[in-house]
Amino acid sequence: MKPAAIWRTAFLGALVALLEVLCLTGRIDKLTMQPPHQIIIDLLRMLSAGTLNLAILKTLANSFLAFGLAMVTGTAAALVLHRLRAVRDALDPLFATYYAIPVFAFYPLLIILFGLGDTPEIFIGFMLAVVAVIVSVLSGIDRIPRVLLKTARVHQLSTWETARRVTLPCIAPYILTGAKLALAYALIGVIGAEFIMSSSGMGYEISFAYMNFDNATMYPLILLIVLASVGINMVLGRWERLLMVRRGLA
Amino acid sequence: MKTSSLDRLRNGLVLLLVLTGLWQVLYWCVGDVALRSPLETFGYTAYLLGSARFWPNLVETAQAFGLALVISVVMGLAIGFTLGLSRIANAVFEPVLVSSYAIPKITLYPILLLMFGLGMSAKVAFGVIHGVIPIALFTTDAVRHIRPVFLKTGRTMGLSPLEMAWRILLPAAMPEIFAGLRVGFSLTLIGTLLGEMFASQRGIGYLLMNAIGLHNVDLIMSLTFMLTLFAGAASVILLAINRRMQQRT
Amino acid sequence: MSPAGRPQVSLRQVEKVFTPPGRKGASVQALGPLDLELFNGEFFAVVGPSGCGKTTLLELVAGLSVATSGDVEFEGRPIAGKILQGVGVVFQEDASFPWLTVTDNIGFGLGKLRLSAEERRDRVESALAMMGLTAFAHSYPAQLSGGMRQRVCIARTLVMQPRLILLDEPFGALDQQTRLLMGDELLNLWRKTGATVFLITHALDEAAMLADRIGVMSARPGCIIDVVETGWPKDRDSRIVQEDRFGTITARLWRSLRAESMRAIGYQGVKA
Repeated sequence: MKPAAIWRTAFLGALVALLEVLCLTGRIDKLTMQPPHQIIIDLLRMLSAGTLNLAILKTLANSFLAFGLAMVTGTAAALVLHRLRAVRDALDPLFATYYAIPVFAFYPLLIILFGLGDTPEIFIGFMLAVVAVIVSVLSGIDRIPRVLLKTARVHQLSTWETARRVTLPCIAPYILTGAKLALAYALIGVIGAEFIMSSSGMGYEISFAYMNFDNATMYPLILLIVLASVGINMVLGRWERLLMVRRGLA
Repeated sequence: MKTSSLDRLRNGLVLLLVLTGLWQVLYWCVGDVALRSPLETFGYTAYLLGSARFWPNLVETAQAFGLALVISVVMGLAIGFTLGLSRIANAVFEPVLVSSYAIPKITLYPILLLMFGLGMSAKVAFGVIHGVIPIALFTTDAVRHIRPVFLKTGRTMGLSPLEMAWRILLPAAMPEIFAGLRVGFSLTLIGTLLGEMFASQRGIGYLLMNAIGLHNVDLIMSLTFMLTLFAGAASVILLAINRRMQQRT
Repeated sequence: MSPAGRPQVSLRQVEKVFTPPGRKGASVQALGPLDLELFNGEFFAVVGPSGCGKTTLLELVAGLSVATSGDVEFEGRPIAGKILQGVGVVFQEDASFPWLTVTDNIGFGLGKLRLSAEERRDRVESALAMMGLTAFAHSYPAQLSGGMRQRVCIARTLVMQPRLILLDEPFGALDQQTRLLMGDELLNLWRKTGATVFLITHALDEAAMLADRIGVMSARPGCIIDVVETGWPKDRDSRIVQEDRFGTITARLWRSLRAESMRAIGYQGVKA
């Protein structure tokens, strides 16, 4: 391990230890937070008991579905938008504003459109995630060196082959950047929607546990979401870094 | 290809018209159950602006947002400059920052509620945890990528560290830092609103959450319309300033 | 070598006019009218002042852009913005694909040719060997120097076994010593492959050392104003720069070019 990684681990370890001490000595009372070791024990107990596995599975599956849809649609939309200069120029201010708009306000509308079920939740996650993908992929396409596209023409590649063999591999790091954001946004969308109006899923379970002062359920669920999002983000980040290093960009 | 500011203005107007058109079409398709037409929304917005119960909530939100923004900017810049100038601090802490950017912070609202209680501080904290990270990350990057020759020039002229920061670091990194502030502005706003939706009993976010719960479509539409308009106008202005800065460098 | 027989490439009364979209009045004549013939197996270089349309000329022959008027033919077939089989192009900018290894870069175009796996491997391996890249077969371009990356691009063209190789200032981004050595390599592979080489360059010494014939272009709109025959033996390398003839050729090129270069610079706002 590199020295920086050791320091980082030590820092995070110290932070957890501090929390542990504060909780054990009662400086943070039990109603506010459980000591970290207790959260981990609760998490393991919760997972092995399996009572909430269905809720966990539902939320994760919906988030991944929203994420996947956003990746495919967003990348395709960016490839098309890049060719439609005028449309893109017109949409630019929308993209710049998008993440300040409270997309959750549209949730009731979506419930009426799609009924109370998984669809409006997935749709919210998708709506939040897709713009991050479009913006990242567009900035990737803007940065493709012209000479590479000329090379594709010299090799007589069709439009489809050019996309598959030149454009997509060239923008791969940007797609991964988009993927990291899209994953976070898909989770925010799905879990947020479950907070607002839902009868199942991790978001629902967390707010239910919160109302009932059930910290033994609430904290493990939050920890699980944090671990899952940070874990997947780190994997994508590693991958992104590998590509950048290979290209001499990092 | 360069787009002139006149073209941009035209693009913005076209976008507004198209969106309003789509809204109207959607209204025709969906009907009164879930939507109001643009015209009805404008009308209700005017009524809302004239009503007494709206303004205290707006003031509440403005205060929370303003406070959250100030804290986000100050903390973000401090973290950014520290990580940008110190190689070691950067190597140790930047991955932590990047990872925490990925956490869906909305899940943390119960913890913030338990820590701060229902009220002002909880929603300010919610705004700050959304806004501070992008500002810190952009600033770190900006400071780290200042051309070394600028720093060398400063050193050969015998500038003190403070002069160095004020006369070289800040102006050189400003366009990039400002881009971070722009993103931070949006995210602090949405964070504050989410905080109000889940962790408050006052403010625009609370009104919105309440309207969702009571299925008050008029109110939902009006509030969303106003928030979008405000966020849109602010980000267009900030974007224009940012563009002007980047043109200079 | 004296040109004889049917030309491999011929350009007759070719013109290229650029018109910015939506602004008919602001069009710029970049090229021509221009006539040019290239013969099988010769090494032809084009020199000219900056902005004279050298790259435009190459792109017309490559089929990357279409002439506004006039005929461009390769082996008797018209090139009208179509890339023809048997033509390879090497660009000035680094065109190696950063996500592919050297081997995969070189084999990039072979999928189109329906070769056996064995033939494919043989071609890539001999191109690797010819360009001195065998030791770097599994490296990524980012691990190589600029000169090595340009070798990768040349090798990627070579495996297609082109009968005509177009090079657009391929050594423009390299330092002087590397350029001389790359020039030797280019002469070497020209001899080995027997392909026609069409080299665009702004460096008079590079043209004088490498080419059989050198076309001198005027300032914009670019036309061929002089064709110089160097008369070098086929078996030559960069050491010919010490011969008297090298100086004579370079001097003649500069005589034709000086006024044009001044026009080109004056065009950009400096009084000659």
